[in-house]
Amino acid sequence: MRLKNNLAEALRHKDILLMTHIVLGYPSFEANREVVAQMVESGVDLIEMQIPFSEPMADGPVIIKANQDSLARGTKVRQCLEFAAEMIATHAIPFLFMTYYNILFKYGEEEFFADAAAIGIQGFIIPDLPPEEGGAFLERAKKYDIAPILIFAPTSTDERMRVLAAAADGFIYCVARRGVTGSQTSFDEAFYQYIARCRECAGLPLAVGFGICDRQDVDAIRGRAEIAVIGSEMIRLVDEKGASAVGPFISGLR
Amino acid sequence: MPNKIGYYGEWGGAFIPEVLHETFREFNQAFGAVRHDPTFWAEYCDLMSTYSCRPTPLTHAENMSKKLGGAQIFIKREDLNHTGAHKANNVMGQGLLVRRMGKKRVIAETGAGQHGVATATMAAKFGFACTIYMGEEDVNRQRPNVFWMEKLGAEVVPVTSGSKTLKDAINAAFRDWVTNMDSTHYVMGTVCGPHPFPELVAWFQSIIGIEARKQIVTQFGKAPSRVYACVGGGSNAMGIFQGFLDQPAVELVGVEAGGDGLTTGRHAARLAATDASAGVAQGYKTMFLQDSDGQMQDTHSVAAGLDYVGVSPILVDLWQQGRVRFEAATDREVMAALDETVKNEGIIPALESSHAFVQAYKEAGQLKPDEAIIINMSGRGDKDIFTIANAFQDPSWKRFIIEKGKEYAAQK
Repeated sequence: MRLKNNLAEALRHKDILLMTHIVLGYPSFEANREVVAQMVESGVDLIEMQIPFSEPMADGPVIIKANQDSLARGTKVRQCLEFAAEMIATHAIPFLFMTYYNILFKYGEEEFFADAAAIGIQGFIIPDLPPEEGGAFLERAKKYDIAPILIFAPTSTDERMRVLAAAADGFIYCVARRGVTGSQTSFDEAFYQYIARCRECAGLPLAVGFGICDRQDVDAIRGRAEIAVIGSEMIRLVDEKGASAVGPFISGLR
Repeated sequence: MPNKIGYYGEWGGAFIPEVLHETFREFNQAFGAVRHDPTFWAEYCDLMSTYSCRPTPLTHAENMSKKLGGAQIFIKREDLNHTGAHKANNVMGQGLLVRRMGKKRVIAETGAGQHGVATATMAAKFGFACTIYMGEEDVNRQRPNVFWMEKLGAEVVPVTSGSKTLKDAINAAFRDWVTNMDSTHYVMGTVCGPHPFPELVAWFQSIIGIEARKQIVTQFGKAPSRVYACVGGGSNAMGIFQGFLDQPAVELVGVEAGGDGLTTGRHAARLAATDASAGVAQGYKTMFLQDSDGQMQDTHSVAAGLDYVGVSPILVDLWQQGRVRFEAATDREVMAALDETVKNEGIIPALESSHAFVQAYKEAGQLKPDEAIIINMSGRGDKDIFTIANAFQDPSWKRFIIEKGKEYAAQK
């Protein structure tokens, strides 16, 4: 409930929220620190921090490479938790963890929830854990008040969306198109119909992600969903122009 | 056997991204329909007896049996399948299923290239478009198979992420599938991955065990004492083991890749060694070779087809129940067993299959001559001439390649 309430509060002042994505330890924790500071200063409303995994099945080339490079530099799950604790203590916005299920499983699901809750993480996005496999996960999410962010896809039927919405909390992550992260999305009539379906089936705020790169994309979402997610584009930007480019980029988005 | 849908004991499941939920619903439905349709199995058997060489023979290895002085050794000849390995059983079966589902394109992962060649062959026969994902390292190591896949009309995509091997090819195939699920079926090559793949692939491969069970009784008069099969993902092992699961007196032995040795860290033994632990990746829960954070580790084997971080959830369950015993064969032992089999029997097993031969040869002497054992020879080795000649460090072969290289260089 905490994340949902925090988002409701933020939405009293803004008509569209921005969620950005970072891969922990890529290009380094020092760079992550600067990027997050710039994001928060320029008005980002929430941040998903990806704990790198060796098999990032749902990600595209940009984020795969970031996962791989981070692991090659020796990034450990423990360090990710420490870094997250520091960010949450420093910045007032909600922080979420995004990762793949094996990271939680291997850490111990209960321990991971307890440790994440202790540092103030407000939500988890686990793209390879459908609710059918996540019975215990969903119960723990309630117990620790960490929102389980579930995903809608254009291939989801209305019936399926209702099942997911009943298990979700915080917001719904609406994947804008088929495929993996990082390639272009066309925001056309079919997309608007899909978002309208998402709205009808879910009582939670909607976040739209996959392929959002500029102000035009954010404008296409405004009024239809509550949160625009900027993922691969953030990483591409830091790769090409360095951490200092993040602030101006975010400021130009809305 | 599964206690929850798609589970074998605590192993298996379907850890799939939401975007594939509907695709899997349709896939499960299509599989359920053919599974209960006897005409489908009949169609499958007919295809395998006319397009491939089923039933494959069971060969009595008389010379090796005499030499080792113990059990009578029988070899189930999956090498005599079309495309040279048991992979054809799964691929042709999935081809028939794809035709029923009305899809027009197939994708597959491949390690050594056998499953890729088999899938490309099936696609050529059924008229499907075909894309094969193969780790860049494997593309470089397995050029002859890449050549045949391309000649068969498939597009071969080198995968440059991760360790650039089989597991990365699986990730890449999933990424294609989440984009093109409407037109495309993913032909998974082994009894791994999300449900229903383990069950589906095991079903098609069960044809090996069904035949072997009858053949051994006809040729030897009774059931074997032990059955040996190599285990990478585990599809050939599941294939033959299913013929004997209900006969507790038949001991089932899975042989994994021991690589440089189980204490060196350079192997792919998930169950015969103590390095693996429970995990969830590539859509299913099994025993993975991973570090304490859950990151998958590099594996090693002389046989690319066994060089994989995970193993069939069905086999992990059978191992936990004590129904299947797991052993490992080192690269060195594998080369020796291969050499011996070629010289004594005139049969050339693939490097993968040679792992099963190693363990069978070690144990044959413990049994009496009135007992039989079966080795599942999952594939033939002669088509892997580049790999095997290299593994033997054969000097005249090297000279030949050097000369050929010079010849091609001069043509430039």
